[in-house]
Amino acid sequence: MKLFNKKKRRGGVRPPVFGFFCLGFFFTAVIFANLISPYDPNEGDLFNTTMPPAWQEDGTMAHILGTDMLGRDILSRIIHGSRMSLLISVGCILFYGSLGVILGLISGFRGGRTDMFIMRLADLWLSLPGIILLFMLASIYGPSAKTIIITFGIMGWPNYARIVRGECLSLKQRDFVRLARVAGCSELRIMFSHILPNVFNTIIIMATIEVGGIIVLTATMSFLGLGTQPPSCDWGLMLAEGRQYITYAWWLVTFPGIAIVITVLGFNLTGDWLREVMDPKQKLR
Amino acid sequence: MQTNQDNILELQNVTTTFFTKQGEVKAVDDVSFRVGKGETVGLVGESGCGKSVTSLSIMRLVPQPAGKIVSGKILFRNEDLMQKTEEEMRHLRGDRLSMILQDPMVAMNQLLTVGKQLGEPYVFHDKVKGSLQGMCIDLLRKVKVPAPESRVNDYPFQFSGGMSQRALIAMGIANNPDLLIADEPTTALDVTIATQVLKLMKEIQGETNSSIILITHDLATVAQICTRVLVMYAGRIVESAPIKTFYKNPAHPYSVGLIQSVPVLGRSVERLASISGQPPSLFAMPEGCRFAPRCDKAHKKCFKAYPPKTQLEDDHSAACWLYVKD
Amino acid sequence: MQGYIAKRILIAIFTIFAVMTVVFFVFRLGPADPVAVMLSPNATPQDAENLTKKFGLDKPLIIQYGNFLKNVSKGDFGTSFRFNEPALKVLFERFPATLKLGLAAFFVSVSMGLCLGILSAVKPDSIIDRLGRLLALAGMSLPSFWVGVMLILFFGVTLRWLPIAGRGTAMHYVMPTLCMSLYPIALITRLSRSSMLDALKSDYVTMARIKGVPEFYVIMLHAFKNAAIPVITVIFGLFGALMVGSAVVVEYIFSWPGIGRLVMESYFARDYPVVQIFVIFVTFVVVSLNLIVDIVYAYIDPRIRYQ
Repeated sequence: MKLFNKKKRRGGVRPPVFGFFCLGFFFTAVIFANLISPYDPNEGDLFNTTMPPAWQEDGTMAHILGTDMLGRDILSRIIHGSRMSLLISVGCILFYGSLGVILGLISGFRGGRTDMFIMRLADLWLSLPGIILLFMLASIYGPSAKTIIITFGIMGWPNYARIVRGECLSLKQRDFVRLARVAGCSELRIMFSHILPNVFNTIIIMATIEVGGIIVLTATMSFLGLGTQPPSCDWGLMLAEGRQYITYAWWLVTFPGIAIVITVLGFNLTGDWLREVMDPKQKLR
Repeated sequence: MQTNQDNILELQNVTTTFFTKQGEVKAVDDVSFRVGKGETVGLVGESGCGKSVTSLSIMRLVPQPAGKIVSGKILFRNEDLMQKTEEEMRHLRGDRLSMILQDPMVAMNQLLTVGKQLGEPYVFHDKVKGSLQGMCIDLLRKVKVPAPESRVNDYPFQFSGGMSQRALIAMGIANNPDLLIADEPTTALDVTIATQVLKLMKEIQGETNSSIILITHDLATVAQICTRVLVMYAGRIVESAPIKTFYKNPAHPYSVGLIQSVPVLGRSVERLASISGQPPSLFAMPEGCRFAPRCDKAHKKCFKAYPPKTQLEDDHSAACWLYVKD
Repeated sequence: MQGYIAKRILIAIFTIFAVMTVVFFVFRLGPADPVAVMLSPNATPQDAENLTKKFGLDKPLIIQYGNFLKNVSKGDFGTSFRFNEPALKVLFERFPATLKLGLAAFFVSVSMGLCLGILSAVKPDSIIDRLGRLLALAGMSLPSFWVGVMLILFFGVTLRWLPIAGRGTAMHYVMPTLCMSLYPIALITRLSRSSMLDALKSDYVTMARIKGVPEFYVIMLHAFKNAAIPVITVIFGLFGALMVGSAVVVEYIFSWPGIGRLVMESYFARDYPVVQIFVIFVTFVVVSLNLIVDIVYAYIDPRIRYQ
């Protein structure tokens, strides 16, 4: 039987060209936002409000994707919105990633009661819907990008903690860790300079897989009015603003959504591919 | 040759290939052998040499879609199994043709009671007469599980390793099959229980007159119950011999190596012989004889072409250039 | 078995208690003055004082906490400012609408997800498998709020086939259900596919085939029963969390008069007791669902039942 389990389905790990393409778009927008966006994203042209995209009647090449109700250029806002997406999602992941990694390291390294306590807490945490915390925090601190980052920062750690703990448990048995202990390294030192570098790969893969989901979540929160506030350039917010004009200005809700989908597809496809290439044993499923 | 006996099974040039990302692998390559009625044949070889795939090929249960029997004939009771439809095969499996997998802990469904799993060969072949529960209890009694009346409602995790293996054997023999393939039935067990299980299989064979193919890498097991031995190496059968001939007079250098690596009680040796080197990677088969790189009797010819099967005496053949007379 | 369930119930009760405590302290210890949060913008200082008295906010924190627990034990979770009625009552009036939509989405996503997942695992690389994988990718990558808006745009505004808001007829259910199910379908398809693939590769499935068990029974009785365990965790365990999240979004988009919409309105109207009861209620639902999962586990898996 052993023989078959090694064999995998035909086809398999092809690099996701389409995913790379999407990410290429996204990062071009993030890096060169100021160079490539045709207008200032926050400057409205009140003589040209809610103009349709160029290929429609009344559309002009001056505003390829049209303008919104304040006459702001949609394309420019989408290009600048990429920065907000990246900022919030990376902020979230850095926040809960580090929280999760630290808790996972402690849990895996200390073991015993500490381990049990942290893992129980993680189970409990995973069962709670993040949105309720967001309501609580947004009521107290007011809705903003910072609130979103804090909320997801608090909610997201269990996955990281579990994975890091698992890695830590196996690394703990390895000779180089034992040697470090024999050499008299402190626990903190072993955790951070011996174990942490070895789980770094895993952390990076996890982060790539999760960026897509986080972008969707944060956009949703902004859409609901619980996140970034006007006049920021944020895709979720643009959708929320455009929703009121849905009956006669379809482009207001369509293009920011497409921008989200392209970005998320890019990250998801690349993340899946990375996982298959770097994690054949599928620890991270 | 046991010509007076009709063959129950005959494989003719069977090749089973796996199509993987890394390339095609011939796990079973041009294998031919036969099994007589009531005979117990041992199929011996290192792990990964294609024993299990051979048995799954006979059952027509090679894992899909990666694996496929690409050529050859599998004659069972003089009918070619390759021509059978899936439904016809299903009727044969568990009824006339059966198999026991090697690890009872994973071969039993942990979520169903032992009784339920034992009953399946009866239920799905319309063999239920009277109470199914009673039939399952009888079956457990036959394989000597103590207190079968209460055990029948237990779950597999409540059984010990030896008992699970007995229950697994019971599933295999439920309908008194014409051919039973036992894939390493004793590897997961400790020696005393393994001996009991082998004895049990022998007894049951005496009652039902089934033929058995015993797959193993353990020559001691073969010596205990087999009448004939097939030696497999890297997907091919390299030697076929009656049990006595095999131990007294092995022909293929690989067989010789295998026998020399078994410790014998009462004979003291300085150091047990072993076969040096590793079996070849399935992805990079040597062009000539597959054993040549590890063989101390290899000469030029061995690396050039695969040796043909040579008949040495009645019922004893080997695939080795040493025995080819030009 | 009894011990197992008792332990789970204790953990559930503890969780709810812990969340209530956190809710209490987060609001009291936050930088914002709870009275200011709760008051309407045109309130007088007298109102503020009354409110402070009414909620006992002039007393030490620990006594406030005791009072809070006392009231909760009597089923009193405060009064909605907006409706001037008990917050719990307000919530329960809106709950059936959410439940109906949630159940509709639940059945659609479980049946679709399981069918797609099982079929694609049984026939890898077939058309259904490709379709399933495409759908899974779409469900993971398309934000549900955007899908909702696009559905409204296409079926509601352009084609005028379906009503875009409110509830009443069966037609009103179509778009919200679809929108709410997309992500769960993707999740369940993905998960059931991979755990079915694992199960179908296993030795007990081969053994069942060896016994001549027909393929339908092999798949449903042997493979699926084993594959179901991780799938059930997601279906029930994460489902509560997921449903609440998407209920808020979907009800907001389609003006569905359920608790998701209620909490959004209450949040914007600063009707804090309603937000608070929503948080506690959601926790209660999610924890109860998890408890059900644990009991279902014990039912499916004899290894737990016989502990």
